Amino acid sequence: MTRPEHLIHRYLRSSKRFPHVWCPGCGIGILLGALVRAIDSGGYSKDDIVLISGIGCSGRLPVYLDFNTLHTTHGRALTFATGIKLAKPNLKVIAIMGDGDAASIGGNHLIHSARRNIDITAIIINNQIYGMTGGQSSPTTPFGLHTASSPFGHLEHPFDISKLVEAAGAPFVARSTVYHARMLEQIIGKAISKSGFSVVEVMSPCVTHFGKWSGMGSAVEMMQWQKDNAVPIEKAREMPPETLQGKIVTGILVDIEKPTFHEEHARISREMRERK
Amino acid sequence: MSMQHKTALTEQVLLQGSEACVQGALAAGCRFYAGYPITPATEIMELMSRAMPLAGGIFIQMEDEIASLGATIGASLGGLKAMTATSGPGFSLMQEHISYAAMAEVPCVIVHVMRGGPSTGLPTRPAQGDVMQARWGAHGDHPILVLAPSSTSEFFDLTVKAFNLAERYRSPVIVLADEIVAHTRESVILPSLDSLEIENRPKPSVPPEWYSPYRDPGTGIPPMAAFGEGYRFHVTGLMHDINGYPTERQDETEELMARLFNKISKDFHLLQWYDSYCEEGAQVMVIAYGSVARSALHAVRLARAKGLPVGLLKLKVIWPFMRRTVVRYLQSSRRVIVPEMNMGQLSREVKRVNDGACEVRTLNRVDGFMITPDQILKAIEEAMA
Repeated sequence: MTRPEHLIHRYLRSSKRFPHVWCPGCGIGILLGALVRAIDSGGYSKDDIVLISGIGCSGRLPVYLDFNTLHTTHGRALTFATGIKLAKPNLKVIAIMGDGDAASIGGNHLIHSARRNIDITAIIINNQIYGMTGGQSSPTTPFGLHTASSPFGHLEHPFDISKLVEAAGAPFVARSTVYHARMLEQIIGKAISKSGFSVVEVMSPCVTHFGKWSGMGSAVEMMQWQKDNAVPIEKAREMPPETLQGKIVTGILVDIEKPTFHEEHARISREMRERK
Repeated sequence: MSMQHKTALTEQVLLQGSEACVQGALAAGCRFYAGYPITPATEIMELMSRAMPLAGGIFIQMEDEIASLGATIGASLGGLKAMTATSGPGFSLMQEHISYAAMAEVPCVIVHVMRGGPSTGLPTRPAQGDVMQARWGAHGDHPILVLAPSSTSEFFDLTVKAFNLAERYRSPVIVLADEIVAHTRESVILPSLDSLEIENRPKPSVPPEWYSPYRDPGTGIPPMAAFGEGYRFHVTGLMHDINGYPTERQDETEELMARLFNKISKDFHLLQWYDSYCEEGAQVMVIAYGSVARSALHAVRLARAKGLPVGLLKLKVIWPFMRRTVVRYLQSSRRVIVPEMNMGQLSREVKRVNDGACEVRTLNRVDGFMITPDQILKAIEEAMA
């Protein structure tokens, strides 16, 4: 069996009524492929993977995959992930979110999860717009962009999600585009194996809505834009900040060690019971 | 108090209501607590922060009450018995996830220590203003189970039972206490651990490839595997089929909704939990719950000492409303008085099921102070006139 066939047969749920919900040209399918390859390469048992999502286009990802899968409420995937990881620390817990999901309605959960440092892999698909609800501005929509909810231009300034979670204390932060699918796969693999709260920001095209409002055009043109504007972190560190305006800095941005909540909790619980 | 696990105690101890709640949770097998500080429920969280690590469980202080219930549901999906506790404003924030737990059928216990409202209201004062929110606060049509303790020992007992009901029906269960019940210290004798009946969620007996997580086995309550046990299944807040996959098919949505309601309504007759006092020949009945039932009992005894034929019906289950029990007393009484620390919430239910059987009077207080026995005695004397 070739590898794609092996991956499809092994990881996609045959019992789920395909086709999937995503539009042609959407980047989420590429992420799904990278995620599956990363998990397969990591040699994890399917029983040990928990895939959790919030609400939005990204929220529909887990149902297609043959893991322990949980589709939660809007913005709250990380809160459920927290409970599962603490209840079953041996499981690999991966939360899939969108930019509106993770950084707007779930922004508080995101920064506190980063601060708390429980071993969860947070994959944030950033397409800079609300896709499922029809193209409204999100917390990562560029300033000035006309959208379904900013018909006269977006009056707010976007979050840099990776910088946000770095400042909040996440010990592993990385960014890729879906164009750079190989890099995306490798980064996800590292994030899953990392002990601690790991964030992977995935720049992904929403052709249907962001493509329409930004005038970028087709899926191919949006991919071309990702290719042309991505700058590896190693190179970006040597560039003057003003030249990075509008660029996508990719690669592993943060990778440090710090104690994790669940390990510290287990240690305290053990010590207190021994003392008793 | 010592923070040791006290469930084996059978001697008399002085306990605060909040302590009894925590002891009840431990006895029931709770091994996960997520919460956020809020008066007057903070004691429960502080006690849990010591009790959980000592019992080999997990304690976590979350960033808000939404996250608290989210983590609680997550832990329950991971196989632990899990709870959170809060008060009015925090309870409002939890509604989204109460609805989720009802839809996804995840057992969990939410202790709500009611304080004066609306809004920030009277944080250190008692009230019963969330009787209707406990029933109807969460979006969408779904059943709910709500228990109301009136004393320290009942707080223990009903917390144990709340976990049992959550496990039995795979449902969120709310323990609706009030500030007086949570903060009063009383001398109580806790039952021994052996004497308690502890229920656990039904587990699948079929191999993983045969498992449909939402298939009705005939009881209305599908067996529940935990994540990581080899049963890889899908859980969603969307309307779903028997495999947990999203559906909009009319036959599947109708079947799911009917099952959600029937799994609890088929057992209404088993959920008639109440105590009655002085009901012999009573022409007037007081119907009360929570700390108000304490004042009501004192008032009824004072009235009996004066020779007035008055009784008390104390409800321990608030939702589903105990129609068959209440109707029996409505039919045997001339008048019924429903004292509540709100503007009339449970009394609406009493009036709804009354159907002209007798006269239903209300006695309401919302100034942050308890309803006194004298107030209820006065209402009894007026009702006897």
